[in-house]
Formats: sequence, C-alpha cells, structure tokens
Amino acid sequence: MNLTKNLRSNMYVQLARRNLTRHSMRTVLAAIGIIIGVIAISSMGILGNSLKLSVSSSLGDVGNELIVYPAYGENTVTEKQLDQLKKVGDVESVIPVMISSGKVEYKSESTYGNVYGIEKDDALLLVEVDEGKMFRAGSSDCVVGASLARHFEVKVGGKITVKDSQFRVVGILEEAGFGFGISPDQGVFMSPQVYEKIYDDKEDGYNNVIMKVKTVDDIEIVKTAIEDRLNKKEEVVQVLATNSILDSIDEIFNSISLFLMGIGSISLLVAGVSILNVMLMSTMERTKEIGIMKAVGASRKDVLKMFMMEALFLGIAASLVGGILSLGGGFVVNILILKESSYFFAPSNFLYIIAGVLFGVVTSLAGGMYPAWKAANMRPLDALRYE
Amino acid sequence: MPDQIVELQNVTKMYTLGSNKIYALNKVDLSIKKGDFVTIMGPSGSGKSTLLNMIGCLDLPTEGTVKINGIDISTLDDDKLTAIRRNNIGFIFQQFNLIQALTAIENVEMPMIFNNASADVRREKALSMFERANLEAEYADHKPNELSGGQQQRVAIARALANDPPIILADEPTGNLDTKTGKSVMDLLSDLNAKGTTVIVVTHDQKLAEYSNLNIRLSDGEVCHEFD
Ligand SMILES: Nc1ncnc2c1ncn2[C@@H]1O[C@H](COP(=O)(O)OP(=O)(O)OP(=O)(O)O)[C@@H](O)[C@H]1O
Ligand SMILES: [Mg+2]
Repeated sequence: MNLTKNLRSNMYVQLARRNLTRHSMRTVLAAIGIIIGVIAISSMGILGNSLKLSVSSSLGDVGNELIVYPAYGENTVTEKQLDQLKKVGDVESVIPVMISSGKVEYKSESTYGNVYGIEKDDALLLVEVDEGKMFRAGSSDCVVGASLARHFEVKVGGKITVKDSQFRVVGILEEAGFGFGISPDQGVFMSPQVYEKIYDDKEDGYNNVIMKVKTVDDIEIVKTAIEDRLNKKEEVVQVLATNSILDSIDEIFNSISLFLMGIGSISLLVAGVSILNVMLMSTMERTKEIGIMKAVGASRKDVLKMFMMEALFLGIAASLVGGILSLGGGFVVNILILKESSYFFAPSNFLYIIAGVLFGVVTSLAGGMYPAWKAANMRPLDALRYE
Repeated sequence: MPDQIVELQNVTKMYTLGSNKIYALNKVDLSIKKGDFVTIMGPSGSGKSTLLNMIGCLDLPTEGTVKINGIDISTLDDDKLTAIRRNNIGFIFQQFNLIQALTAIENVEMPMIFNNASADVRREKALSMFERANLEAEYADHKPNELSGGQQQRVAIARALANDPPIILADEPTGNLDTKTGKSVMDLLSDLNAKGTTVIVVTHDQKLAEYSNLNIRLSDGEVCHEFD
C-alpha cells in the first residue's frame, strides 16, 4: 500500500511510465526483442540442462567404481593380478568379469550381444533381476538384459543359443542404461564355469575387473594404490575411475549449455541494440524537454536517472514476460528434442529462467546507458533551442 | 549578501561561423541590484536572449566575468551551474516550455523534485504557487495542451517560483499572448517584484518599460542606453 503510494508520487517513475506509453507501439516492439532474447537464453539453457540430466540419469549410480583393464599390449587381467587387486584396501568388492561378444540366437532369430562370465553373487552386485531369478552357481542357466529380451520377445523359461550351446533363460534384468565396465541391457550373463566351457579357445584371465570402493572420496587413493601395487615394474593394468568420467561428462554438458545460451544471447544482443535505438530516438525527440528540465534545475544525475529508469522498467517488464513464456518455450524444446518432458520440471531449470530474466534486464540497462548518458550531458542551451 | 545580485564585467560572447565572427554580446558591463525590475529591449538579433541566458547560467561568456549573488560562474562546471540555477533562478519562456507528459501541478512540482523535496511538501507548495500565479486549483490535473496560452504561462510562472528563487528571468513572456492576458502576466511579475524578487524581462513591447525601474537597450551586442 505504502509502496504503491510511493510509486504514484515518485515523478521519475510516473515520467518513465508515461513516456514509455506515449509511443506504445515502439515500446512494445523493443519489448518483443527482449522477450524473444530472454526466451531464447532460458530455453536453450533449459535444453542443455535437461540433456545433461537425461544423460546422467541413464548413467545411474556408477560414481564409486573403478574399472581395471589390461594395459595396452596385455590381453587379460590374470588370476595373479586379481589376487593382488584383492589385497588393496578400502575396497568393498572386487568383481572379475569375462566378456565375449558374439552371436546370440533364439528360435529362428539372431543378434549380437555381450556374453558375460561372472559369479552369481558378483552379478547381483552389478545388476538387478526384473523377472524370474538369477542363475544358480555352476548351473547352465543364464539371465539376459532387458533390451535383448525385448528384441527376442523371450520369456523366462525360453531357450537361447550361444556358440551352439543352449541355455535356459531363468531371469530378465532391469533396464540399466549405459554402463562403463559392463553393458547389461544387451548382455547374456552366465556362470564362469559354463562360460569357460563354451569359450574354451580363449586365453585364461579376465577382460576387466570392476572394483567398488567404500566411498567416492577414496576413489583416487584406491586408484593410486592399485597402480602402485600392479604397475611397479611395467604397466600391466589400466585403471579407470568412473567418477572422473562423470565429472568430464558434467563438464561437457555444462559447456553445451553455455554454448546454447550463447546462441540464445545473440538474439538478446540484437534486442539490446534495438533498445539503444529506441532510447536514442526518444532522447532526440525529447531534447527540448531535457533542456527545460536542466534549465529548471535537473542535474546530470537527475536526467540520467530518468532515462535509466525507463530502460529499467522496459527491461523488467519485458524480461518477466519473457521469463513466463520461457516456461512454455523450455517445455516445447524439451518435447521436440528430448521427446520427453520429465526433465523440464527439474528445479535447476528454473535457475536458467532466472538467469534469462537477469540477462534481459541487464541488456536493457546496457542499451539504455549510452542514450541516458547522452541526454544527461546535453548542453542546456543547445537542448532548449532544439526544435 | 551583496547588494548587486547580478554583475557583468566586460562580457563578450562571440560565435565563429566559418571565417565570420559574430559578437552576440560585446564588452557588456551591467549591474543589477536586489529587488530591481529590469526590462531588456532592442531589435531582433541584438543579443537580448544571449544576455538573459548568461544571467541564467545557461550560457557562459567567451570573455569577461558574470557574477550571480557574488559568485563568478564563468569557471563552474555543468553540475555547479545547475545547482546555482536551481536555487537562484526561475525561468519563464516565450513558448511556455511545459513538459507535456506531466500535469500542470506536476510541472510546478518538478523543480522541487530536483531539490529533493518530499511529495507532500511539494504538492502543498505547488498549490500555493498556483494561487500566487492566479491559477484555479481545478486546472491542477490538466495536461498543458488542455490549457489556454495564458493559463500555460501562469503554470510556467508558478513553476519558476517553485524553489523561491531570488531572480526571475523572462524571455518575451507575453510574446505569445494577447494584450489583455499579456498585461495580467506583467502585473503578476510586478507583484512578485513588489515582494522582493528581482525580475528581469526581455521584451519588444515599449509599453512594458513602464513596469521597470531599469531599462536596458541593446544594439548589436552593446548596451547603448541604460536608464531608470
Ligand atoms: N548558437 C549560435 N551560433 C551562432 N550565432 C548565434 C548563436 N546564438 C545566437 N547567435 C547570434 O547572436 C546574436 C544575438 O542573438 P540573440 O538570440 O541573443 O538575439 P535576440 O536579441 O534575443 O533576438 P530576438 O529578439 O530575435 O529573440 C544573433 O545575431 C544570433 O544570430
Ligand atoms: Mg531572443
């Protein structure tokens, strides 16, 4: 109540409002520039952020894993090396995995998939069974990944063929998304004994070893410990920390967001120039008025304040409209590009709208700065004489 | 406070147009006492407006010194000149020069805003200035283009009085008004002068000289007559 009274009696505010409405068409056009700019920045930011969210959610919770690969020139992680890995401290579990990729057949269909040889208890640490159950240790049953099961339309109890051997599918895994050590969705999991039987031509040892550390904070320490222990003489293993991969993915997507926002900000730049243009026009038209005001005692600061106030009002009004419309814009962009709207509602997206609105206001002020400065520094007599 | 409210010494204002030198004012000496009613007359182009603008701190001399209330203005910057104008000078123009986006009363309040007066003080003072300028309060919320010429000029006078300036400067204030309205404006200025305000009026009208106690005649930028 008090505020509205103050605004009503503040003549700078009144003047700004009236001068903006005096040429309403021009004001609206300038505002549209800002509105579009704010929408562009915010929706691009939201798109980038949603992309990141969608990728990191499909990566899931893999931050606390180390993956040990044979180094370049080595074929496998050997049994001896595995023993050494088991002696490294601060590790919750050490999971050796054998992997082959090859043809998998079901009825008359066939496709390529990854065949994993892994202990039953270890497998349970990495994947979750959606339907059916996990294979029993030493049995010749298998479980298959979600997308492989979908592809074959195979049910629990069906029989698939790998390398001329038949396996009963006792379980179908949950959708897991992209993974680092293993990619379960396209995989066939079986016990190592069975695996070794069908791949008897392969060299002994493991294709990789997944190590889960107790806390993510220890991951670097454990990594160094492994390297110290195994790579003392020559490099026999390579260690990949999944959290650092996540970090760099984060970084990449932050850059993508910034890049997209940069593209959006070009339209805001154009809007800034149009504000500059409109305000410059209005200072020219009001030259005489400025002269009068200076004659009756307006200081440079007063005139500056008057014109900046107009730019500020225009900026705030247009940016807020832009911010509200960005809600729609971000939603539409998400649906068009990600074909999904759920990531749109992430709270972090609203930060991008706030950023867009702030950019809009700042641009408007920046555009108004030169005209306001010009108005403030007009020589009163010249301004008075201006017709 | 010095007795001489306005003092010009050897004031020259020169414009160069190409190779031509135009002396709008040429070595003018002038001294105006507090409470004077001064009329400035002379043919068109003789330098009357230039002189008035100089006294009003809108213009600076090419040479010589201009003192307002004992302060030499020739070396001051824009902000200091503005401050002197705000506190010492009330302007009345031939074309009224009201701000069209503001109502009549807001136009009168404007100089007080630049003096940081509060809203309530402003409104009250502006209304009393309306009264002094013989304006009915009902016109307060009219926009300038809804008022007659005489009413607009009275709003301009009320505005000139807003900050209680010791000096009122008027450049042909009756130039755009009919004889009767013009006379009422001059009577108003005369009243103000009677209450102690120094009034300086530029005019073409010989008859208005009777209001003044000092009449200055300019010709080609020089003072050729000065009589009481
Ligand atoms: N900015 C300027 N540039 C060049 N010459 C100027 C400028 N301003 C004024 N002059 C010249 O100075 C002289 C005096 O001008 P001024 O406006 O003071 O005359 P005036 O006596 O007020 O005339 P009028 O009665 O027509 O208003 C004129 O010759 C005019 O051309
Ligand atoms: Mg003149």
